[in-house]
Amino acid sequence: MNRFLLPLAAFLVVVGFLAVGLTLNPRELPSPLVGKPAPAFSLPQLHDQAKVFSPNEMTGKVWLLNFWASWCGGCKEEHPVLLHLAKSGEVPIYGVDYKDTRDEALAWLRQHGNPYPLTAVDEAGRVGINYGVYGVPETYVIDKTGVIRYKQIGPLREDTLQAKILPLVRELQNQ
Amino acid sequence: MKWLLLIILLVPCLAGAEEARPLTDNPQAEARLKHLAVELRCLVCQNQTLADSNAPLAEDLRREVREMIAKDMSDKDIIEFLVTRYGDFILYRPPLKATTTLLWLGPFVLLIAGVAALVLALRRRQKKLVDLSLSEDERKRVAQLLSEGANRL
Amino acid sequence: MIPEIGHYALILALCVSVVLGTLPIYGAAVGNSMLMSVAKPAARGQFLLILLAFCCLAYAFAAKDFSVLYVASTSNSQLPIQYRLAAIWGAHEGSLLLWVFILSIWMVAVSFLSTHLPEAMRARILGVMGLVSMGFLLFMLTVSNPFERLIPAAFDGRDLNPLLQDPGMVIHPPMLYMGYVGFSVAFAFAIAALLGGTLDATWARWSRPWTTVAWCFLTIGVAMGSGWAYYELGWGGWWFWDPVENASFMPWLAGTALIHSLAVTDKRGGFKAWSVLLAILAFSLSLLGTFLVRSGVLTSVHAFATDPKRGLFILVFLAVVIGGSLILYAWRAPRVGLGGGFSLVSREGMLLTNNVLLIAALGAVLLGTLYPLFLDALDLGKISVGPPYFDTVFVPLMTPAIFLMGIGPLAQWKKATLPALAMRLRWAFAVSAATALTLPFLIGKWTPLISLGLLLAIWIVTTSVVGLRERLAHADGSSLMGRLAAVPRSYWGMLLAHCGVAVFIVGVTMVKGFEVEQDLRMNVGETSTVGGYTFRFDGVREVKGPNYIAARGTFHVSQDGREVTVMYPEKRRYTVQNQTMTEAAIAPGLMRDLYVSLGEPVDNGAWSVRLYHKPFIDWIWGGCLIMALGGVLAISDRRYRLAWRRKEADLPAATQMARQTVS
Repeated sequence: MNRFLLPLAAFLVVVGFLAVGLTLNPRELPSPLVGKPAPAFSLPQLHDQAKVFSPNEMTGKVWLLNFWASWCGGCKEEHPVLLHLAKSGEVPIYGVDYKDTRDEALAWLRQHGNPYPLTAVDEAGRVGINYGVYGVPETYVIDKTGVIRYKQIGPLREDTLQAKILPLVRELQNQ
Repeated sequence: MKWLLLIILLVPCLAGAEEARPLTDNPQAEARLKHLAVELRCLVCQNQTLADSNAPLAEDLRREVREMIAKDMSDKDIIEFLVTRYGDFILYRPPLKATTTLLWLGPFVLLIAGVAALVLALRRRQKKLVDLSLSEDERKRVAQLLSEGANRL
Repeated sequence: MIPEIGHYALILALCVSVVLGTLPIYGAAVGNSMLMSVAKPAARGQFLLILLAFCCLAYAFAAKDFSVLYVASTSNSQLPIQYRLAAIWGAHEGSLLLWVFILSIWMVAVSFLSTHLPEAMRARILGVMGLVSMGFLLFMLTVSNPFERLIPAAFDGRDLNPLLQDPGMVIHPPMLYMGYVGFSVAFAFAIAALLGGTLDATWARWSRPWTTVAWCFLTIGVAMGSGWAYYELGWGGWWFWDPVENASFMPWLAGTALIHSLAVTDKRGGFKAWSVLLAILAFSLSLLGTFLVRSGVLTSVHAFATDPKRGLFILVFLAVVIGGSLILYAWRAPRVGLGGGFSLVSREGMLLTNNVLLIAALGAVLLGTLYPLFLDALDLGKISVGPPYFDTVFVPLMTPAIFLMGIGPLAQWKKATLPALAMRLRWAFAVSAATALTLPFLIGKWTPLISLGLLLAIWIVTTSVVGLRERLAHADGSSLMGRLAAVPRSYWGMLLAHCGVAVFIVGVTMVKGFEVEQDLRMNVGETSTVGGYTFRFDGVREVKGPNYIAARGTFHVSQDGREVTVMYPEKRRYTVQNQTMTEAAIAPGLMRDLYVSLGEPVDNGAWSVRLYHKPFIDWIWGGCLIMALGGVLAISDRRYRLAWRRKEADLPAATQMARQTVS
């Protein structure tokens, strides 16, 4: 081969990668927890401080775990999608109120509606760290055996819900 | 104005100024935290280290690391803790594994290849230049011309 | 009205660039001198049009015309005038205009300073630059128009990013762009030579000064960017190996390699194809930097707001410009002649070995910058490549390069012998090794890296002294002054630039090795001693800036009981974007910087405070400045001034000839 073609070949490889790079989001991190058991926790409930919530109560069910906060803008954005999903009854969404104050969280739910059968309170953000949360909202799909099967980073949108999450949920429910 | 007044009022007592305390009670642990945190990437403002970032998550993670240091966990275990939660992305020093071999060895492979290419190119040049040099007949002709020139002087 | 004039000026400039990019190149190909002569007036006309557009945008900023979208999104009525003008290049659209404007400045410079070039060569050079500017103008007019109107007009602007409200930001981007875009001249020379098949030593002689000037600007530009990070980001770092920093550093490395390989091509006629490739590479990396900053494929603290459409445009442009040049290269370079022979141990050989090392270092930076993207694109996971990686691979690659920097200038052209070189350099080596081993102990701490850094720095200086002494011994003239004057300026320039590297290395070594940092909780009146300086915290008060409110701390600094200085670090809140900024206070000095950064209020008037003593840190930027000065000195050399004068003498003849051809 003509050695003077080498620079061109190298350049074409780089351009190819850059072109693929344009379609990717460098800020979005795949979670190493997908395929692993959801970390256990036991947190007080938002509406009733005396009670606690723990993910092993959910064994046998496919469910969504949604980290949110009253101070988070993206949460407001995805909220209608969550409300809609909750109404459809296809899959239960449990909330974790992340690094928030109880009063503000309650007020926020009163104002915007409550899609969660139950919300746990992670005031210090430790459970968030165990789940690898780095920006709320984040949503986890957890299967019947308590394994994380999918993680959505950032606001949940109707199209990702229909295209990815609901098919996955149905598949998991039939297992 | 109030501040100015306060400063003026405070000036007399500055004579016996006290030594300021470090921000934390345990400077050794803090040094270890810093040593670890400068090689960790903040996940929120993604181009700062965990040591420099003021993002709330960075503060939480520093708190977490501090607690692990207090529990006397090894650096390796602390890093392991973070990687299982956030993946290799949190490490500014990518670990050497199959997918990063090219990254770590690439520059040196490039260097060796470059030096080899240079030596080869020089050899080839030298050969070509030798080929271009004079044949026996031409050399005789040059010698003849030179001697003619010398005779003419 | 004024913004529309600017917009039309850009459209006209695009039309001119189409003419400039086609007719002269075609004319040169078919030997039509009338078509070739279009180049000069077209380049100048385009400059005037872009200047007009630039002034229109400047006017819109100065007059606070918030009906222009770009003005409304990057400035504010309270923003002081100097920052309103700097806001022209504060975001994507305007910085593109700056790019094109600077390109047109370089084109005008070429049109005035290239009268000694053959007409075909000049036509091709300006034509190639015209094609580049066509791409950028098209980019602006399609997806990033700075004159786009906002209807209805905003009541007030959204303000300039507070990070950019800084005197350094007023001049840093123009300097950097002068460098980036300046490489387009070397690029155009290379492409013109490839097109014309006139790739010879004269080509190298012509493009050398242009390359050096661009390199000087880039050196200053990169150094200023680093200085800005140091005092503006508030954590005392000066280089973070951030993708955008790397994007400016890669063309610098390529440009440095190019300067050295052009020296071989110029002096000895060798490695022409390699020099051409480097010229293409340097400019390609400038374009790649533009892509990385604006496309959003990598996260960076410095990146502009991104938009995939723009990314796609630049990528296609990149593919066309660089791909096209590399195809041309693959086609034409094999026919390039060889030039004089030389062995590996010779000045040529060492310059080229240095080139290999620089390119390997460049490869490391490129690989580290793009590797996360590669893995992500192949779906192999996300990783981060940060300072620990770059420090680990960069030092072993640069160490031999710097070692060679000492030897190369002393080696003979064509063939040198190692034993003879070793003899000449034995004292230099002994002195540097001895100093490097003992000096760290005297300062107080020995680590291998400190010793290595000092060794390299002293090695450069001592070998420079040896070189200069030998040079003086051979120079004509009886008196020392006479002999000093007989040494050509290009040689002085090289010495100075190399010593700049030494100064830079001293700065890096000292600050990495001996920096002291303290995180404190300071009550009013409390003191702390860092690096022999005692800082007394005298409280915080509120001050109002033009567009921010600040908590300003007062620190009295004393050494041995004598007051040295008073420092005022600030914590600013910019009201429009409600963004908090840490404005560190720095007391600079030749031997050390004192650096105070205000954290958060703790309680009862106490604040968390970070104090630094940074020995020799200013040498980092001082070294860069010296390197750039070396470049300036080199291009003020006699041979270039002579070329200038000769050209003026030649002028009438050339004009005559042109006229004859035309008639």
